[in-house]
Amino acid sequence: MNLTEEKKEKEMLDPQAGPVAATIEPPAGPARSGGPDAQAKRIDTEQLNIYYGDFLAVKDVTVEIQPNRVTALIGSSGCRKSTFLRSLNRMHELIDGARVEGSVLLDGADIYAPSIDPVLVRRQVGMVFQQPNPFPTMSIYENTAAGLRLNRRRLKKTEVDLIVERSLRGAHLWEEVKDRLDEPAGALSGGQQQRLCIARATAIEPEVLLMDEPCSALDPIATLAIEDLINDLKKRFTIVIVTHNMQQAARASDFTGFFNIERSGDPGQLVEIDETEKIFSNPTLKETEDYVSGRFG
Amino acid sequence: MGGNPVSIPFGEGSGLLPRRSGLFVFAAAAVASGVLSFALDLGPFVWLLITGLIGLVTIAAWSLAVEGRRRALDRVMTVAIMEVFVLALVPLLSLLYTVVSEGLGRFDGDFMTSSMRGVLAEGGGAFHAAMGTFIITAVAAAAAVPVGILTAIYLVEYGKGRLKRAITFFVDVMMGIPSIVAGLFAFALFALFFGPGIRLGVMGSVALAVLMIPIVIRATEEMLRVVPTSLREASYALGVPKWLTVLRVVLPTALAGIVTGVMLAIARVIGETAPLLITTGSIDSLNLDPFDGRMANLPVFVYEQYKFPGVPPEAYVERAWAGALLLILMVMVLFLAARFTAKRYGVEIRR
Repeated sequence: MNLTEEKKEKEMLDPQAGPVAATIEPPAGPARSGGPDAQAKRIDTEQLNIYYGDFLAVKDVTVEIQPNRVTALIGSSGCRKSTFLRSLNRMHELIDGARVEGSVLLDGADIYAPSIDPVLVRRQVGMVFQQPNPFPTMSIYENTAAGLRLNRRRLKKTEVDLIVERSLRGAHLWEEVKDRLDEPAGALSGGQQQRLCIARATAIEPEVLLMDEPCSALDPIATLAIEDLINDLKKRFTIVIVTHNMQQAARASDFTGFFNIERSGDPGQLVEIDETEKIFSNPTLKETEDYVSGRFG
Repeated sequence: MGGNPVSIPFGEGSGLLPRRSGLFVFAAAAVASGVLSFALDLGPFVWLLITGLIGLVTIAAWSLAVEGRRRALDRVMTVAIMEVFVLALVPLLSLLYTVVSEGLGRFDGDFMTSSMRGVLAEGGGAFHAAMGTFIITAVAAAAAVPVGILTAIYLVEYGKGRLKRAITFFVDVMMGIPSIVAGLFAFALFALFFGPGIRLGVMGSVALAVLMIPIVIRATEEMLRVVPTSLREASYALGVPKWLTVLRVVLPTALAGIVTGVMLAIARVIGETAPLLITTGSIDSLNLDPFDGRMANLPVFVYEQYKFPGVPPEAYVERAWAGALLLILMVMVLFLAARFTAKRYGVEIRR
């Protein structure tokens, strides 16, 4: 990262500095009726069992994920929190032999019902990945518009321009890239790329945004920029974030769920979920307390 | 600081040879072996060998004395590997030199613009053969490239289980088909419909396509496999259906590699002689219709000029060399185009 970029990222952290602060509230999109703070959808899972072939990876998760809140999932490595996350927008089944039992309800509608097309589910439940993965053949502009363009929505150039600007502003990236929208996305720094991926995911106006360790490949400054952004995004989206970083869960989330696994080879389970403050100060279970206080994991 | 680096006694010699000492040693070795070769009247190839040997021994001894065993071994291996590389280049350079020097004699405007129609001795050219090669290869590519790319997409993105294994196996088998067998296949295929003795440009295209398809499949497969899964997942997570993901995300990312692979496949078959000899036949005049009668092409042109010279034979042999030079140039243009596309449109793929 060069100096100017670093400076810009620092500016982003300080809401008083730079013109970013003035535009933190993105205008409402035409895709979502009911204004900018319209309620996003909730997710409920009921007795969700997740399999890889015959192997039970996640056992019996029943959870309510509140709309317009940030729910963090913590837990040690390999406790299948990412697997659980990927089952919420049917990305899990892309792996050979992967399947689920039980149900995942998006505002009451089962996304695993036989009549439901997974493609339509994913348009409502977007995802941001661990490694920033912008499309290398596309420019910054094209990356942001990728969801719109690839889904062949017939939109006028001016409409796409508007959505691209709004999404990039919403991802706190606009000021840094507005003069070089035609440059390849690979030219951005890692933190910028990740914010571009968030802009790309939000451009299609999903209801829910899943984030799979979105900061684990980033430096602390870029990480703070993303956390700042997450706090902002929950006005429009329901957010579920998987993280290894307990401070991050404590800082950025409203609810925290703790995944645990008895022994390696056992299925992962959601052992406790509650308001973040409670999980980190006064959890019900001993194992949660051990984990959040750093005694294991 | 500054001044001479203090030599710390880390066991054996811990000095350093001066910069570019390798270059200096080899320049001296070249001069020394040059004198020797001149005195004993040895050829240039022997001179090259002696230079390599003297240089290797000198640098090894010098480095061992000054720098110690580890650095000396490093230098010996570096020099030895470079020398083997130069040795491997010798046949290539010799071939290029021979073809260029022999071929330039008839590599003139006349050669480029006229056919062999009515030519009995000197004169004439390979225009008809060059056009034939161009048409035959283009038709072959037009058939083989879509089939190859679509097969590779099936194998990488969609294929499962038995069918995928079977196709992979048969692609391997196709890879090993000798070119003359591909020619016989095309001949037999057309003979079934049009009777024996049929000769068409398109028959040659069929034979070349049979040879090209497995190469295109392999190259495309390779390129599709290195497209990171994370890009496919990013696209799926945007609610893009699989076929659109393949078309708009995977293929563009792999495009430069696929284009390079296709060009290399074309370069590989453009010089095939055996299958064309039995399918396209040979003819002295220009024929631009691959579906109508015999069609000349460069490899067969070279072969016939060299193998069946008339009177005076020199005219025929010169035409053969010029034809070979033209063929090499065509292949080289393809290679350069492939390199250029890969560089210009290539996407750096991080794994």
